[in-house]
Amino acid sequence: MNNRVKTLTETALLISGVNPKKCMKCGKCSGTCPSYDKMEYHPHQFVSMVEKGQIEKLMNSASIYYCLSCMACVERCPRGVEPGKLVEAVRLMKIRQQDANHKNGNDIARIADENVPQQLLMAAMRKYRK
Amino acid sequence: MQKIGVFVCWCGSNIAGTVDVEAVAEALKSVPGVVYSVSYQYMCSAAGQKLITDAINEYKLDGIVVASCSPRMHENTFRKTAEAAGLNPYMVEIANIREQCSWIHKDKEEGTKKAIVLAKAAVAKLKNDKPLKAGTSQVTKRALVIGGGIAGIQTALDVADAGYEVDIVEQRPTIGGRMAQLDKTFPTLDCSACILTPKMVEASQNEKINIISYAKVEKVSGFVGSFKATIRKKARFVDETKCTGCSLCMQKCPSKKGKDEFNMNMNNRPAIYIPFAQAIPNVAVIDPEQCIKLKTGKCGLCEKVCAAGAINYKMEDELIEREYGAIVVATGFKPIDPSPLNEYGYAENADVVTSLELERLMNAAGPTKGTLLRPSDGKHPHEIVFIQCVGSRCDENTERGKPYCSKICCMYTAKHAMLIRDKYPDTNVHVFYIDVRTPGKNFDEFYRRAVEQYGVDYIKGMVGKVAKEGDKLMVRGSDLINNQQVEIAADLVVLATAIEPDPSARSIGTMLTASMDTNDFFTEAHAKLRPVESPTAGIFLSGVAQGPKDVPETVAQASAAASKVIGLLAKDHLVTNPCVAESNELMCNGCSQCEKVCPYGAITYIEKEVRGPGVREVRRIAQVNPAVCQGCGACTVACPSGAMDLKGFSNKQIMAEVDQICL
Ligand SMILES: Cc1cc2nc3c(=O)[nH]c(=O)nc-3n(C[C@H](O)[C@H](O)[C@H](O)COP(=O)(O)OP(=O)(O)OC[C@H]3O[C@@H](n4cnc5c(N)ncnc54)[C@H](O)[C@@H]3O)c2cc1C
Ligand code: SF4
Ligand code: SF4
Ligand code: SF4
Ligand code: SF4
Repeated sequence: MNNRVKTLTETALLISGVNPKKCMKCGKCSGTCPSYDKMEYHPHQFVSMVEKGQIEKLMNSASIYYCLSCMACVERCPRGVEPGKLVEAVRLMKIRQQDANHKNGNDIARIADENVPQQLLMAAMRKYRK
Repeated sequence: MQKIGVFVCWCGSNIAGTVDVEAVAEALKSVPGVVYSVSYQYMCSAAGQKLITDAINEYKLDGIVVASCSPRMHENTFRKTAEAAGLNPYMVEIANIREQCSWIHKDKEEGTKKAIVLAKAAVAKLKNDKPLKAGTSQVTKRALVIGGGIAGIQTALDVADAGYEVDIVEQRPTIGGRMAQLDKTFPTLDCSACILTPKMVEASQNEKINIISYAKVEKVSGFVGSFKATIRKKARFVDETKCTGCSLCMQKCPSKKGKDEFNMNMNNRPAIYIPFAQAIPNVAVIDPEQCIKLKTGKCGLCEKVCAAGAINYKMEDELIEREYGAIVVATGFKPIDPSPLNEYGYAENADVVTSLELERLMNAAGPTKGTLLRPSDGKHPHEIVFIQCVGSRCDENTERGKPYCSKICCMYTAKHAMLIRDKYPDTNVHVFYIDVRTPGKNFDEFYRRAVEQYGVDYIKGMVGKVAKEGDKLMVRGSDLINNQQVEIAADLVVLATAIEPDPSARSIGTMLTASMDTNDFFTEAHAKLRPVESPTAGIFLSGVAQGPKDVPETVAQASAAASKVIGLLAKDHLVTNPCVAESNELMCNGCSQCEKVCPYGAITYIEKEVRGPGVREVRRIAQVNPAVCQGCGACTVACPSGAMDLKGFSNKQIMAEVDQICL
């Protein structure tokens, strides 16, 4: 792992508090996820990709916005991995990135994909309010 | 002045790698009392032992210190060496410079320093050693087996075959255990009852075996060779010696709302019942919760129809007291209740069943007479989903289930899938799995047969949700290989639920002071080398009580436990450990503290005239039964007057060691 990858991975683990090594690759999170079909990377892949340091791929994927934060995967994972918290962490990393959150709150409605669940739009708008 | 010899072992490079053994031997030479000190490659070898023997003879040693591995490994070896050379075997001290020194240190200088200190401490203790003489105790030539499943039955048969008496105490009205509930058994698919019931019959006909069914062990005291057990035989309200097992009473009994435990509560049974046709003993039992006569005083029909006059509504529990030389724990298991894992909807949907329930649904003596029908509407299921690892392999810090793999479910799921595809080719069978674990002779071949010959659809991934929609169960899970989420409209969902020890295991463990792991499985004395013995002497382990296993493994372990029991019962007497507690009657004030802490019940109190300097009076003083005392030392610490002391580990000896290390 080069330094950038290392820092990104550490940040994701720090924000989420998740230890991806606990995952036994059973796929229960993905069997549970209501947004599975919308996500390019599925919950179990999130865990695996974070473990392998592929954070940038995840940050640049729309998958992080399709997660509903329903936490069903967190609830049901037999190993206590909490994949939903990882998705949330990567989403936060994207938002916190300098120059990546330049969109105006007023633009959101115009550019939003009509397939994005409303719950997510609400969550996003709240984040922009401050 | 004593003449002490010190023998420092290299243990190849195990000790010599991190401890300068020659420096240790050299340093010990200057300790007062030490007249000979030497190091050698392998002290436990024949040559090493000869070195010790020769030195004892040549230097007229009256005590030796061996600085080597843990006393658990070779204390006995060196005691025997010393004894053969004419020394009292208890004038031998071991300084553990391997497990407690070389293996845990990296720095040679530090390791050497510590080894010298440990060896010096052993010399200090040895100087206070007194020659001890081991006593003997009797062996009662009878074994107690707790649990009458296949494990308990096999152990009992083997012990009886060697000519010893065995009592099987079984909590249910019949022996047989879980195996009696199974339909067919992997990997050969023979009918479970057909291979189990001959063994049950054999046990009941063997004159050395006494089956005490519908009973519980209530109390156990004593020690290896002479245990005393109190067994409560519950009132079955039917005289075992008279009942012929005709089952007429079952047909006539008007109370039919009892749950049939043998069929996993999936149908009802009368208040008076015989659990299943081949039950041993084949004797009815009355369920007092359901019997109208016992609850209201009315009815009494069974008494009227019973031609043998076996019914006795006044029967009471019976207490049996017997002595045993050995005890075997064969208490088996039960499947967990999957209801708390609510994504599977087990509690809400009748058509979500456990694998053991499925065994009954497929068995000719089961609630559906062997035709696979779904419990909700009695229709044939055409789409069946199996889910493996339900409640197994979970992180200990979650509420999701057990941390271990239940070991048997991969194989029995393959069995179920194969049997269903064989009998009902129009039925599709899907299996969600994480890993298919099939180590064992002909096991992987068996699983591959299910896939390749019987067309069972194995899906790698887990199920996230089972939801009822109309008369279907929508099973949503992931298919990791195809990288997609799948949804199957199923008629029946079968959960391969984790297994856990029988709920009574913990209390049995406490009663026997036999150690258990955090999951309540019994722990073996050594994970590799003593797999069928408990660390508590005289207690042996058989079957799933020790950990998940299938029938072939259970039977192998049961026979192994039997051979250990036979080895014990074949002895006329046992050599007892002379390192036991002893109270100083001049110091004891009869406060009873020691009795309270003794886990073996070895301490009693007597009124005795005590004579000493300035005293002559009758006092209440503690007395230790040396045959029962295990030398654990708890009493010596509890005694507020310092009256209790442990031979071979006296307070003076321990203090001498501590002083040597600290001063
Ligand atoms: C669904 C399912 C399918 C299976 N299929 C197969 C298969 O096809 N092939 C195979 O090899 N294995 C199979 N097994 C495994 C098999 O059932 C076990 O290996 C076997 O039953 C273990 O026997 P046991 O005697 O150790 O335990 P058990 O069968 O549980 O017997 C223990 C006995 O002890 C009694 N007991 C418990 N506590 C006490 C107490 N305190 N006092 C008195 N008595 C007590 C119990 O009542 C019981 O009778 C299957 C298991 C399940 C769950
Ligand atoms: S449910 Fe948990 S253990 Fe299973 S794949 Fe997802 S994160 Fe890993
Ligand atoms: S929290 Fe996100 S990833 Fe997890 S199940 Fe819900 S939508 Fe899917
Ligand atoms: S007395 Fe009890 S067990 Fe006997 S027939 Fe009546 S209800 Fe049934
Ligand atoms: S035996 Fe198979 S199904 Fe059972 S817990 Fe282990 S891996 Fe899971």
